[in-house]
Amino acid sequence: MSSSTLPSCVRRSFRTASLRSRSLRHPNTTRRTIATHTHSHHANAISVLPTAVDTSSGDFKENARQMDELVEEMKQLHVKISEGGTQKARDKHVARGKMLPRDRVTSLIDPGTEFLELSPLAGHEVYPGEDVPSGGIITGIGVVEGVTCMIVANDSTVKGGTYYPITVKKHLRAQAVAEENRLPCIYLVDSGGANLPHQADVFPDRDHFGRIFFNQARMSSKGIPQISIVMGPCTAGGAYVPAMSDESIIVQEQGHIFLAGPPLVKAATGEVVSAEDLGGGRLHTEESGVADYLAVDDAHAIVLARRSVSNLNLGRLPPNRSGEEILSGLDRPSNLTTEFKEPLYDPTELHGIVGANLRKQIPIHEIIARLVDGSEFAEFKPSYGSTLVTGFAFIHGFPVGILANNGILFSSSSVKGAHFIQLCASRRIPLVFLQNISGFMVGKEAEKGGIAKDGAKLVTAVACADVPKFTVVVGSSAGAGNYGMCGRAYSPRLLFTWPNARTSVMGPDQLTSVMEAVGKQVDTGLRDRIERESRAVFGSARLWDDGILPPVQTRQYLGVGLRAAYANSDWRLGGEERWRERGGRWGVFRM
Amino acid sequence: MHVVSTLRRSGGQFKHRWGINAARGLASTSDASSKRLTSLLIANRGEIALRVGKTASEYGVRTTTLYTNPDRLSQHALSSPFTVNLGEPSAYLDGDRIIEVAKNEGCQAIHPGYGFLSENATFARKCVEAGLTFIGPPWQAIEAMGSKSRSKEIMIEAGVQCIPGYHGSNQDPEYLKAEAHKIGYPVLLKAVKGGGGKGMRIVQKPEEFMDQLASAKSEAMNSFGDEVMLVEKYITTPRHIEVQVFADKHGNSVALGERDCSIQRRHQKILEESPAPHLDESIRQDLWAKARAAALAVGYEGAGTVEFIFDNDTNEFFFMEMNTRLQVEHPVTEMVTGQDLVRWQLIVAEGGELPLTQAQIEEEISKRGHAIEARIYAENPDMNFIPDSGKLLHLQAPQPTESVRIDAGFVAGDEISSHYDPMIAKLIVSGTDREAALQKLRAALESYEIAGPVTNIEFLKRMCVSPGFVAGDVETGYIQKHHAELFDPQPVEPEVYSQAALALLLQEISSKSVGSMFPPSRQVLGFGSGYPARKFDLVTTPLDGKSTATTTTVQIHQTGPTTFDVTVGDEVFPGVQATMPSPTSITTFYPHTRINSNVIRTPPSIDSSTEGDKIMVFQRGRQYRLSIALPLWHAKALGIKDVANSVLAPMPCKVLRVDVREGDSVTKDQTLVVIESMKMETVIRSPGDGVVKRIVHQAGVSGSRLFGDFC
Repeated sequence: MSSSTLPSCVRRSFRTASLRSRSLRHPNTTRRTIATHTHSHHANAISVLPTAVDTSSGDFKENARQMDELVEEMKQLHVKISEGGTQKARDKHVARGKMLPRDRVTSLIDPGTEFLELSPLAGHEVYPGEDVPSGGIITGIGVVEGVTCMIVANDSTVKGGTYYPITVKKHLRAQAVAEENRLPCIYLVDSGGANLPHQADVFPDRDHFGRIFFNQARMSSKGIPQISIVMGPCTAGGAYVPAMSDESIIVQEQGHIFLAGPPLVKAATGEVVSAEDLGGGRLHTEESGVADYLAVDDAHAIVLARRSVSNLNLGRLPPNRSGEEILSGLDRPSNLTTEFKEPLYDPTELHGIVGANLRKQIPIHEIIARLVDGSEFAEFKPSYGSTLVTGFAFIHGFPVGILANNGILFSSSSVKGAHFIQLCASRRIPLVFLQNISGFMVGKEAEKGGIAKDGAKLVTAVACADVPKFTVVVGSSAGAGNYGMCGRAYSPRLLFTWPNARTSVMGPDQLTSVMEAVGKQVDTGLRDRIERESRAVFGSARLWDDGILPPVQTRQYLGVGLRAAYANSDWRLGGEERWRERGGRWGVFRM
Repeated sequence: MHVVSTLRRSGGQFKHRWGINAARGLASTSDASSKRLTSLLIANRGEIALRVGKTASEYGVRTTTLYTNPDRLSQHALSSPFTVNLGEPSAYLDGDRIIEVAKNEGCQAIHPGYGFLSENATFARKCVEAGLTFIGPPWQAIEAMGSKSRSKEIMIEAGVQCIPGYHGSNQDPEYLKAEAHKIGYPVLLKAVKGGGGKGMRIVQKPEEFMDQLASAKSEAMNSFGDEVMLVEKYITTPRHIEVQVFADKHGNSVALGERDCSIQRRHQKILEESPAPHLDESIRQDLWAKARAAALAVGYEGAGTVEFIFDNDTNEFFFMEMNTRLQVEHPVTEMVTGQDLVRWQLIVAEGGELPLTQAQIEEEISKRGHAIEARIYAENPDMNFIPDSGKLLHLQAPQPTESVRIDAGFVAGDEISSHYDPMIAKLIVSGTDREAALQKLRAALESYEIAGPVTNIEFLKRMCVSPGFVAGDVETGYIQKHHAELFDPQPVEPEVYSQAALALLLQEISSKSVGSMFPPSRQVLGFGSGYPARKFDLVTTPLDGKSTATTTTVQIHQTGPTTFDVTVGDEVFPGVQATMPSPTSITTFYPHTRINSNVIRTPPSIDSSTEGDKIMVFQRGRQYRLSIALPLWHAKALGIKDVANSVLAPMPCKVLRVDVREGDSVTKDQTLVVIESMKMETVIRSPGDGVVKRIVHQAGVSGSRLFGDFC
């Protein structure tokens, strides 16, 4: 191409450039339009999210006030619930020389490590007239001797630690989290077994009491260690928790394991026997072999359990082997780093950004900017289907693909989401969904555009993406939007809710008007009931989520979740397939 | 020779260093009999071996050191490439072997240091016979001064006043008692061959005489193999004042000032200073003159110390004994005169003349101020200064300066062996006057941190502020007299417990995250206060072994990666920020202040299963010894039995005598066993009335701590 064919303006600029370089005699200092090297700091700048938050604005202050109020309410509720059973029950518990369940958990986990408690609000106002704080069971992810574990602790100060339907559900949920993340399970057993008046909702069905032991056997067979500490009664079905564990510890004159307790034995055979002689620690560690270690008290039992965990051959790098070498070829992010940057912006500003009024659009970029490392977000297809924000980022050094609602889902946003999920799934990048969705677009235009088909693409991608998924409901979660954004039914590894969130098929007003339009009789209390049922507390009490979290801690929660997802992706555990190849068809049999 | 002395005696204008060089150079060239030393064997261990080696190497003298099996890795053994293993712990006393080693290694001279063979006339003689230079006085002088009774005869002849007493050979107890009666009570019983407070007893009244005599004799027999005793008048408020003398082969003798060594425990010095406080100049001059006379009377050569008892009430002083060696406290004199006394010893041994005249010395002293030495011992002041032993887990000495000197034989990680003297180091400070020196001593002690065996550092700090001592009202009975004030328990601030607990927690956290594949983020999750606080029960056990231990509970609630709410008793410290820049040091920002501490935990031992882990906290110039309370389940789970009915030695030791048999009925405080450790005898008494069930060890056994059980 000769210069004569170029437009005159370009030719002119060529000339001036050459003139300038000649006159300066330093051709390298000329400003070039084509850079062969861009400094990494400059390159990063394109990913750093800006903020437009004005903390002095009236809007911000009003939002902050609303959210502060909600958070304060949550605090009080959680503090109250964390006390456990009644004062009387707790005093009695302590008088027996037993540790309160939360003290047990604290002493079980490594000092200085966090405990991610799951669904502390379970059972809250679920059973009319019955107070079941935390569903009578404490579950959560904690680090024991450097190993990330699932801890399941009965709270015998709550209804004797008996299993309500919600207790069963919470126990099974903890096991599901453990199985998915390959977390060793530690059961702190102190329970009177099934809650008999509720037996119909506790005993017979697939996801009822029996499933606990099914899970234990299956997990054990997959090489996920099962350890139990018997710190109280383990009667009937409950006896199988320690009996089906790989290792079990029992506290003398306190823990009891038997298929039937002394009263039932007397009724059945007339035999009169003390609990200790029937199923005490000495009997089980010296004669029956149902338990492996005898502890003199709770604290001793916990020390023994920690020792058992330290012998799982997990959690620590073997000497002279780098993490890279061990984990190479495994399902683990390759660019994981323990050194990471904190977000540039203060997460406490989330309160003022979000508020409690879901009618107001939440500026989702502002939230992402306060969640991800260095506030750096490599947004994918930023200008296409912009009501769904997609992009790559890091949280606590873990790579993640983020999908976040920034309005209603249209066809374009749906297919963009499906595209992005495919990218992440094929690159083995975990997904984080930030839900604030009132639904897919409705109306003639949308239907004509094939919103049902495009929505289905997103739902399919979400359902089939085989990477760890995490969902945080930061606003509303309604309709099929809940599905497309990885609601509970789409098995995110963990799902958390913000205190301001609302979950329902549609808003209370729309639902009421639909019902008025189609219904024969008017349900006067309907609107208020839907309003109540859509609240975060209502759902959390029923285990629709894994807990309500303080918005400012979202990043920490996700960090722990990501760590749990990868902590045991260790060569010594291997994948499930690898375990089977090695012939591990059965769980550990107690001999 | 004549030229030299003229030059020296008229050369007052010379600075001391110039003086030494000029005198030394000329002396060695003009005196045909003098022989420059090029190699030296140091027949000692610990700090004195290092001290001698330092001067020797400064002048290019090759040194050979000796060590025994337990001393294999000690600093003096490592200080020279030429070092010889003697084997058994007691081998430092094997003179013949040492002379043989010196010959084999081609050493010209032997420096005996202090203790061991330093005042052994036979050894000194054998050295000379083997053609070696013994760095010390002629053996005849050692022999003369080694016997208390003979030395007194010589002194009285030389016009030096001695303390009234009986120094004769009649050892019949009744006769000695009669002599005591003649002298008048209180009297002092002393082993003729004794020293260092061993084989020494004070008898207040006639009824006690026989018991004390027997005890002194037994100790003397064990220590020196001789039980000949002398009886002396005992002075009620005595001071120990000694004069450092030096003499050469040319008939010169000088006094390098005096030292007051009145602050003693168990008749052994712990604080020494120069000049002696509140001493009239005429008395001082008289002391010096008498000391020089004493040296001349025995034809002395080299370094010696003439010890006097000074009666505070009458200002009289009496000759006590002459130590024919370089003493532990010689650095005090070095500080106030600006001289290197080991150098002087070498000069004299080479046949040279003393570097300074008496007038020059006095001029040097007048230019300088006051110096104090504090001996840092592994010992427990609260249990009558009983020696301790063990590994020095942590040792942080003050920064040495012109006026702060540390003569130490150990570094962190070394073991204080029960085979030898438990002195860890000497801290010597100087100041323009006594007050300034004391202030510096206190500051230096506050930055002296030793973890491991119990030390007397805390006690020394209290001495530094004891009003009587500060006023210079010293006497040998000072510690007993001011016992209540010196041992009054000091309160422990809540911050100490807080620091200890935080350090324990942070140490645990960092040890847990080592090698972890996914280190936890150390965030606190959830609404509200999160999880319950962790409790640390810390126990302060009084070192006297009698008072009851107090347990303090510290509750730590972690609120962030480095932030904690700490509760100690009623005291609450919210939002403290704690970090550990090193595995043992912790820096904490409290709401009111910043505190830096060193927290050292003793490694687990067999004892820790019964006594709990020990922690030592160094904070703001004080040291605290705490232990972590054992969990309730410990005893039950580990099957530990109650040790209240067992008799345990307070330290590793050797059993000298067992006074009871199995099945004997005993009463409280009855003597059961006599043990020896660190060259000291200790009587183990019955903890109560009862019957001896089992005797674990008989006489002669060493090493173990359990003796017997009771029922």
